[in-house]
Amino acid sequence: MFLKNLFKKEADRKCTKCGAEIPYKKLSENAFICPKCGAYMRMKASERLALIADAKTFSEQNADLKCKNPIDFPGYDEKIEKAKADSGLEDAVVCGTCEIGGEKCAIFVMDSSFMMGSMGTTVGEKITSLFEYALDNSLPVVGFTTSGGARMQEGILSLMQMAKVSGAVKRHSDGKNLYIAVLTDPTTGGVTASFAMLGDIIIAEPKALIGFAGKRVIEQTTGEKLPEGFQTAEFMLSHGFVDIIAERKNLKEKLATLLKIHKGGKR
Amino acid sequence: MEIKAYDRVKTARSGGRPMGKYYIDNMIEDFCELHGDRRYGDDGAIIGGVGFLGGKPVTVIAMERGETVEDRMARHFGCPAPEGYRKALRLMKQAEKFGRPIICFIGSPGAYCGIEAENRGQGEAIAENLFEMMGISVPIISVVAGEGGSGGALALGVCDSLIMLENAIYSVISPEGCASILWKDSAKAPDAAEALRLTAPDLYKFGIADKIIDETDKTNEKICKDLKDYIVAQIELCEKYSAQELLDKRYGKFRKIK
Repeated sequence: MFLKNLFKKEADRKCTKCGAEIPYKKLSENAFICPKCGAYMRMKASERLALIADAKTFSEQNADLKCKNPIDFPGYDEKIEKAKADSGLEDAVVCGTCEIGGEKCAIFVMDSSFMMGSMGTTVGEKITSLFEYALDNSLPVVGFTTSGGARMQEGILSLMQMAKVSGAVKRHSDGKNLYIAVLTDPTTGGVTASFAMLGDIIIAEPKALIGFAGKRVIEQTTGEKLPEGFQTAEFMLSHGFVDIIAERKNLKEKLATLLKIHKGGKR
Repeated sequence: MEIKAYDRVKTARSGGRPMGKYYIDNMIEDFCELHGDRRYGDDGAIIGGVGFLGGKPVTVIAMERGETVEDRMARHFGCPAPEGYRKALRLMKQAEKFGRPIICFIGSPGAYCGIEAENRGQGEAIAENLFEMMGISVPIISVVAGEGGSGGALALGVCDSLIMLENAIYSVISPEGCASILWKDSAKAPDAAEALRLTAPDLYKFGIADKIIDETDKTNEKICKDLKDYIVAQIELCEKYSAQELLDKRYGKFRKIK
């Protein structure tokens, strides 16, 4: 399913910032950065993996875990069908193992083209299972986040995934294993308030929207005007919540270096 | 007759409903409030401290929205700021050091929503609590007494036993927020409340709430007494396990939710 997608002919895309029409090939060769204005465009999980994982090293896990409607939320079944058609995915995250610069790791990549990367039970289960697998096999985890937060159509079960995944991150961490979180545009709500903020090292892509409460909600609640650059990667760095802002073109090399450094310590 | 979900939402939020401070005053002997997160400040929306429960030392962390208008302003209507969650975690680690069980009272529309809260890392503060509470090796009993509003409530909800009062609610999003996002109409909140399955009986059915304390035809004093008796029994039960068994069971409680 996933591999098929990877090689599917993709349509040309419009830059989300300047509106320029960019041939897909040109865009993918430029790490999905607009060649006209330099804006970072959102990437599908398959595209991210192609950029980050060494060729032919990615092996997917739990690909058969499908999105379901656990609390029978009205209209959700139709939404799931549409999201599947739009994204070519079963839910908003792809998990597995791969090598990055020759270093083996467990990896999860969220995908905003499936219901804005929101986290319900399936996303929570897949990421939890990945951390457990990584703990059992003493592997570092590299995780790419992009999410609107917990998925409201799965109600309280979605909220509980925040605690569940955080618990799995804790156990993986107690085993002295490395977790690098890479925050991409947008990372908000319940994902920010759980595993996005729990990396030993937190990397963000330039200008990515990162925050807890939504901007519009804050404006409406407080009546205050938001300062320029509020809730950007740069804002998070200057407030002490992100370690590194990494250019997309250097990201793979940066990850490989960090993975190598963390192999060297005495544990 | 079945009570409508939105009626429970209204009851959970109602002005006169007892919140954290009431339960501390009526359940805990010799309560000493302890302030501050040792990082930035002290948050009024979360009361923390130590005292005795049925003669045994405990740490109590309680959300409180306040009673008078002034008090409510000072506690920003029960919406905790990052320093509130950090104070809670500091006191929970202190409880672990001294081997005291922890009781958390939850009742809040949600984590404080504002520029200052974002500046100081509201998301990080909640995440840190979820992460650390999964490893605190003394019993943690959480009680949803009023409105359990999303991540801001969950940050005190990683526990060994989750108790809900009969008319308390616990939800991923407020019914109003859900209705306005999904149907562009916050007036449809009652429909959203039904769809979200946020009542105590719903959560009990999902296996998330372990116990419902009945409220119907009871005085606040009687509810408080029943709650106290159940908490005391739960702490005794938890103390039968070794620290590792307790943590494995706590992890398992959340791990099975899928």
